[in-house]
Amino acid sequence: MDKPEVKGKGIFSASLEDGLSTDEFIKGLWRDNPVFVQVLGMCPVLAVSNTAINALAMGLATAFVLLMSNILVSSLRNFIPKQVRIASYILIIATFVTITDYAIQAISIELHKSLGAFISLIVVNCLILSRAEAFASKNSIGNSILDALGMGVGFTFALFCLGAVREIFGNGTIFSFPLFAENFQEWIIMILPAGGFFTLAAWLLIFNIMKKRKLST
Amino acid sequence: MSGTSVTEMKSPDSGATMLRAMVGIGVLCALMIVLTFEGTLPRIERNKAVALEKAVFQVLPGAMNKETFQLDQGKISVLSGEAAKDVQLIYVGYDESGELAGIAVEASGLGFADVIRILYGYDPANQKIIGFHVLESKETPGLGDKIEKDPIFLENFKALDVSLTENKSGLENAVVPVKKGSKKNPWEVDGITGATISSRAIGNIIGSSTEKWIPLIYKSWKNSELIKQEKDKMKNG
Repeated sequence: MDKPEVKGKGIFSASLEDGLSTDEFIKGLWRDNPVFVQVLGMCPVLAVSNTAINALAMGLATAFVLLMSNILVSSLRNFIPKQVRIASYILIIATFVTITDYAIQAISIELHKSLGAFISLIVVNCLILSRAEAFASKNSIGNSILDALGMGVGFTFALFCLGAVREIFGNGTIFSFPLFAENFQEWIIMILPAGGFFTLAAWLLIFNIMKKRKLST
Repeated sequence: MSGTSVTEMKSPDSGATMLRAMVGIGVLCALMIVLTFEGTLPRIERNKAVALEKAVFQVLPGAMNKETFQLDQGKISVLSGEAAKDVQLIYVGYDESGELAGIAVEASGLGFADVIRILYGYDPANQKIIGFHVLESKETPGLGDKIEKDPIFLENFKALDVSLTENKSGLENAVVPVKKGSKKNPWEVDGITGATISSRAIGNIIGSSTEKWIPLIYKSWKNSELIKQEKDKMKNG
């Protein structure tokens, strides 16, 4: 974030040629990581990253919605009038969120219970709307798919980083497998909302130190 | 990204175009949602039924089969089709040989964060609560959600006394929550340190639910037992 031109380049670059570029995929993983660099979609990041499995499920659900809405927005980009584009994007995103909601219920009621209201809240995840507006509405379907995959994987990776740390310290387990001896005292704060902020801050710190090192060498 | 400049570059679209686009997208989206809903409905229903069955079998040790009844205005009847809202549902569990394993009762009440929905198992022959399971809760993770897994707390519901008075019109002793470690009588629910309000809420939910329903459930159980005995007598005699 201390290098706005790096951030800006990725977000606003709209490649006008139609060729596919792998850069669209790779940028979401690291350079423009939606959580660690763009700091987008913080609500689900902080709320449902209390266990590794919740974080993974939430990340995948968001990635799926992102991918599908990017495809549809990109294929309809010449059909949607500019004045009503945001409303159209929200409609498209909400549709895929509803579909995801049903799909998760069909896969596992328990998972649906632990993700709670945050599945429906994917609708207002600014990451998805920002990709629709800034990328998919200006680029070919192929590049939009690559962009969505990159951002989706980057988002899932970031959520998993938080979820794993919080579950290990807050619950003493990873994917519900116990890691420590019986007498391990859980840091309950880590699975409460405050722990989410601490963990996110720690990851951002690590990321920024690494970035600075890379730039200075 | 400046949306206005993009708009200015093109000639503004007419209302009809906008309407066509929005309606088109709306119809497309509605179609997708309906298809997914229809496609996933049977699986979701099955998942929900399996989850409920698992919970019922958990609160009624030994149960292999269940039958759903509804309690409505003092009457117990077999549930046919969809249950109406605000109707008390009970699930009667039977073991392998078809004998009664117990009766699971749904109850709910306000916890620390939101309404907690629970299921408890009732054994009418011994007049005891024999199992407990949280169906739905939003209690604080790490603190309030101990009501679901704290082994000492769950010990409360292995044999919680809900004996009826002589004339079977009410409970001898209402189920009451007490402070952790001060449980002296078999009808008291020991609390959890760090989950005081949540654990007390469970005690109260069970307290008010048992007071209201146990006499009624016991009565119809007794009746069915008598009918069964009569039948047995007829067969043998």
